[in-house]
Amino acid sequence: MAKVTFFTGHTSTTPPAPSVLIWSTPLGCYKKLIEYHKNGHLSFKYVKTFNMDEYVGLPRNHPESYHSYMWNNFFKHIDIDPNNAHILDGNAADLQAECDAFEKKIKEAGGIDLFVGGIGPDGHIAFNEPGSSLVSRTRLKTLAMDTILANAKYFDGDLSKVPTMALTVGVGTVMDARELPAAFFPLNSTPFITLMVMILITGAHKAFALYKAIEEGVNHMWTVSAFQQHPRTIFVCDEDATLELRVKTVKYFKGLMHVHNKLVDPLFSMKDGN
Amino acid sequence: MRGGQGAVEARVLQFTNCRILRGGKLLREDLWVRGGRILDPEKLFFEERRVADERRDCGGRILAPGFIDVQINGGFGVDFSQATEDVGSGVALVARRILSHGVTSFCPTLVTSPPEVYHKVVPQIPVKSGGPHGAGVLGLHLEGPFISREKRGAHPEAHLRSFEANAFQDLLATYGPLDNVRIVTLAPELGHSHEVIRELTTRGICVSLGHSVADLRAAEDAVWSGATFITHLFNAMLPFHHRDPGIVGLLTSDRLPAGRCIFYGMIADGTHTNPAALRIAHRAHPQGLVLVTDAIPALGLGNGRHTLGQQEVEVDGLTAYVAGTKTLSGSIAPMDVCVRHFLQATGCSVESALEAASLHPAQLLGLEKSKGTLDFGADADFVVLDDSLHVQATYISGELVWQAEAARQ
Repeated sequence: MAKVTFFTGHTSTTPPAPSVLIWSTPLGCYKKLIEYHKNGHLSFKYVKTFNMDEYVGLPRNHPESYHSYMWNNFFKHIDIDPNNAHILDGNAADLQAECDAFEKKIKEAGGIDLFVGGIGPDGHIAFNEPGSSLVSRTRLKTLAMDTILANAKYFDGDLSKVPTMALTVGVGTVMDARELPAAFFPLNSTPFITLMVMILITGAHKAFALYKAIEEGVNHMWTVSAFQQHPRTIFVCDEDATLELRVKTVKYFKGLMHVHNKLVDPLFSMKDGN
Repeated sequence: MRGGQGAVEARVLQFTNCRILRGGKLLREDLWVRGGRILDPEKLFFEERRVADERRDCGGRILAPGFIDVQINGGFGVDFSQATEDVGSGVALVARRILSHGVTSFCPTLVTSPPEVYHKVVPQIPVKSGGPHGAGVLGLHLEGPFISREKRGAHPEAHLRSFEANAFQDLLATYGPLDNVRIVTLAPELGHSHEVIRELTTRGICVSLGHSVADLRAAEDAVWSGATFITHLFNAMLPFHHRDPGIVGLLTSDRLPAGRCIFYGMIADGTHTNPAALRIAHRAHPQGLVLVTDAIPALGLGNGRHTLGQQEVEVDGLTAYVAGTKTLSGSIAPMDVCVRHFLQATGCSVESALEAASLHPAQLLGLEKSKGTLDFGADADFVVLDDSLHVQATYISGELVWQAEAARQ
């Protein structure tokens, strides 16, 4: 059983399993995880995943669906149990019921241990477009024109082929931080709270969104800013993504690199008999 | 057993660490098999929530659809045109031995024979699925007797026939019932040939043009009537001429029915076709090229002299001569040798060479949904090849039916 200290300070040595909510874009992340798995350091046998969104009306085996994406880029290369890989069904007969069932499954899994995702240039997290409620739950969303235009390149540049609706987890689903005193938690239950949120932001085209996310206030027009109110959020960025930040902000965080580097070093491995 | 109700409960096999031929490309993908068919693993994961029951590591090798030989006259001493009491045993022997050549399906071929032979032999060779017992029989290829006297080649002159006034009835009287027949080679310049071609085509039998002196026009008309194949291109037909390309001209004819692909067999054994001729045909019309062995009973017999029916044959490597002469007596190159030679002679891609021996013959016979392909739902008939295209193992319906000695360790 791997101690996943690579990502979190939280260790899990027995089932119930760590639950991880994964987004679609961090391809490099997946490649690295697959590499660790193939080298015998990591197993996904007890990991549960919940993808944050899926297009509505796109056949499940369409090459641009998130089902296809996850299968080809991640699931088929690792040893995850198919019963533990949860993706919203954009072709369900009752879409809201599908969303409610998803929320229930997350709860039954004991909540999310790790959320990993990127943001859109408009600062959206999952498909929570500008204007989304910051306490929203999993639901059906109509995509913003900006998003549809950005996605057109995956559909032969034909706007008529791009899905206009998607099912997405809400900002509240991911946040789910209840600021309740410890006395409120019965001894034998765990609070439903995402343990850690990790947002990956790379490239100059995301710089303005990053600025809005961390240097301005919490605002439903830039939904990722909601994570300012989560107890444990990490924004992982490259140089270009910091281009719109104040020099002082960037210097401050760079000055903490010696602390941050402890998060990635060392990597515990199954091979060490843990 | 393929498909059926037991299929869903059947074991799921996952072939890993391999490159599979799919969509004309060699992809680094695993091959999943269940119930004798190729399985869609994504569907299995998301709909059935299942993983593989067994994984087999293929050592980085190539997995290609099993080869399909649509013209083979016998082998290992067996002659399909010989009317014995137990034709079935001969066919079974050949079917089993060609597994080591990577052939998973074939069309036993009968050369020009008298009606008595057809009446005795044809009913004894039914269509049969392949398995550990041997490659599958897709149906018979009847080459002759309705062919040109001038271009009969090695076919016996005495038994050649033409169509009389009751054209199709003549054919039925000669061959007997056509249930087991898949391909008929005939010469389209024979009178009444068009009604025969149309009638055969309506019955789902593939008509091939060969052993003929037809000009290009006659050949095109035959294609309009339903012909879809050319038997061993260049051999037993008029040579290409720049003002009348003859049957060879079908490869580039612009007067064929729209969307119709004309297929043509080629014997790429290094002897029967000059490599330059092979390249000309391949470059002119690569999509239609079908590798065939046209193998004679001497296939698989070692070097030296062998008695085959009325003939004495001398085998020397990949060539067979009429004993004591330098006259070629037929092809004896196995299918995998033909594939390798074709690859080397034409400089084509590995994918093209493999498709010429699998996908194209399947398309010719209208079987491309289940044979000659590793697409989901197709029969799991495939070969494991090393990088130089030597057969390491052969599978039919997902079951190992042959394995090279070295691979057995």
